[in-house]
Amino acid sequence: MANERGVSVVDPEVKVIVESEAKAVTKPETNPDINPQDTGDYEAIHSKSPLFYDLYERKSELKHQTHYCPGCGHGVVHKLIAEALQDLGVQDKTIFVSPVGCSVFAYYYFDVGNVQVAHGRAPASATGIKRSCPDKMVISYQGDGDLAAIGTAEIVHAANRGEKITVFFVNNGIYGMTGGQLAPTTLVGMKSTTSPWGRRPSNEGFPLHMAELLATLEAPAYIERVALSDSKNIMKARRAIRKALEIQRNGGGFSFVEILSPCPTIWGKDPVEARRWVLEKMTPTFPLNVFRDHQPEMPSGSKAEKVPPQHSVAEVLGITPLGITPKTGGTDASKPKHAHRFKDVKIKIAGFGGQGVLLLGQLLIEMGMREGLEVSWLPSYGPEMRSGSAHCHVCLSKERIGTPLISHPDVLVAMNEYSLKKFAHEVVSGGVILYNGASLPAGFSAPEVQVVAIPASEIADKLGSTKVTNIVLMGALLEETECLAPGTALSVLEDKVKKLDLLEIDRKALTAGRLFIDEQAHIGAVSQPDGFA
Amino acid sequence: MAGQARGKVTVDVEECKGCGLCVECCPPKCLELEPELNAYGAHPAHYTGQCCTGCGICFYCCPEPGAITVYRLKAKPKAAAPVEEVEHAAAL
Repeated sequence: MANERGVSVVDPEVKVIVESEAKAVTKPETNPDINPQDTGDYEAIHSKSPLFYDLYERKSELKHQTHYCPGCGHGVVHKLIAEALQDLGVQDKTIFVSPVGCSVFAYYYFDVGNVQVAHGRAPASATGIKRSCPDKMVISYQGDGDLAAIGTAEIVHAANRGEKITVFFVNNGIYGMTGGQLAPTTLVGMKSTTSPWGRRPSNEGFPLHMAELLATLEAPAYIERVALSDSKNIMKARRAIRKALEIQRNGGGFSFVEILSPCPTIWGKDPVEARRWVLEKMTPTFPLNVFRDHQPEMPSGSKAEKVPPQHSVAEVLGITPLGITPKTGGTDASKPKHAHRFKDVKIKIAGFGGQGVLLLGQLLIEMGMREGLEVSWLPSYGPEMRSGSAHCHVCLSKERIGTPLISHPDVLVAMNEYSLKKFAHEVVSGGVILYNGASLPAGFSAPEVQVVAIPASEIADKLGSTKVTNIVLMGALLEETECLAPGTALSVLEDKVKKLDLLEIDRKALTAGRLFIDEQAHIGAVSQPDGFA
Repeated sequence: MAGQARGKVTVDVEECKGCGLCVECCPPKCLELEPELNAYGAHPAHYTGQCCTGCGICFYCCPEPGAITVYRLKAKPKAAAPVEEVEHAAAL
């Protein structure tokens, strides 16, 4: 198989080459035995890939060599990847994600885009890179400690999502860089510094078969295991690496090549012996095979595959080159007509989870933003999605807000008795408490605070949905404090509530809350000193 | 073998680490390690100067990106059979 990329004319001044005829180890340009005519009859068919840097700037010395031990498999894998990338013509659009491990310095060698990431996280980083740059070739290059131990979660989930990246998994069955500790892929009986009597499945478990494991997933497009055990298998590895990269170049899915690789240093073998050991000892445990070779069928056109509308962040936030243009809803509320007769208002909303406590706060700050106020919203809730206590802090201010945390609210919306009793004492003198209940609990008193009991849940039930209890209270809040315009509330609800029937109930609830406060004021039921409004 | 060998190999002594994998894998056994040490203390490989077929196996077995360069005899303009299939290149 002739390699067409070889240069056809070899520069006789080619650097530091010892010609075959040389009897001493010297540079060719100084060797009189060299017959330059010789080179003229020959053409280079296999030479250093231009994907590698000419010199490696890692250290001041040894710039011609990789940092790998003599006989290490990484160099071979590097060469095979470089050759494939070059033949595919994708050097300028390749992003190589280096791992932690012996190959951490891959970025010193490959003249492509390089990222070096945290231990085991290469597939996660590669996911982000590929998704943001889908036309780039993204390669995650990892060892077995990186991929199969600390990075197990990342590789499994990247494969399961079918990320369109290529992962090269160099498996030597040991932690090489750190000095030979047991890896998940260490063979049964194999000695390591942390299994000095050999790996015992009863204690350390069995070797982890990553290729087989990933092949149980539906999404991967290509999974193969190859070995750098001899020239024949190296050529199989060459084909596998090329194929994996071709799949990515063609827009295919997740491709994964596991490469059984010798580690002569840690295994305590000479390079030749180590390669033989790969074949004799590793392949029985890690059989060479193509485990997956078909493009996964992704459901398309179904409801599950519905693509959410894609808007830019600037679009969503309404940012124009001149600044932020707040959303104002569909109505003619482009400029808030509402006069804010306050410097700032601090509102605490409390209840049990599921009452719409946090949502009410979010609606208020959305309204505040639309009216041009500074706002903050700080939720506090337990792990439960429903029940449990929840509260949130809402600040509406004409000035910048120092802290979103509210120790002494001007307004407390207490959606249950527990919240009322817990937070009533925090309310400032002259503040307002809106309580969700037909009447105040027996024995409750809050001097210097205006307390209004609103049967919001009952009103909501009558309107058709308990869910709108918070909206009833919002109507009451707006009417009582006049902090925000009811028109803004309507426009926010129109934007936020997607179900038309629920929106109708929300409108009624808002009105009902306002009317309730009006009636209270009319009949003079508010007995406590008027504080806030 | 009469005339020129079909291929030849050059080794960059500054890059070669003397692992010996190319010597081991060379089908016609035309590579060997130098008895002398290079500047870094390794015995670099070198081509004996005979019998290279230009198969390229040593290049793929060598872990260093640029230590080995493999050359093949240029096809003569009117050569009947271009040197495509080489006896030791079955694996390629």
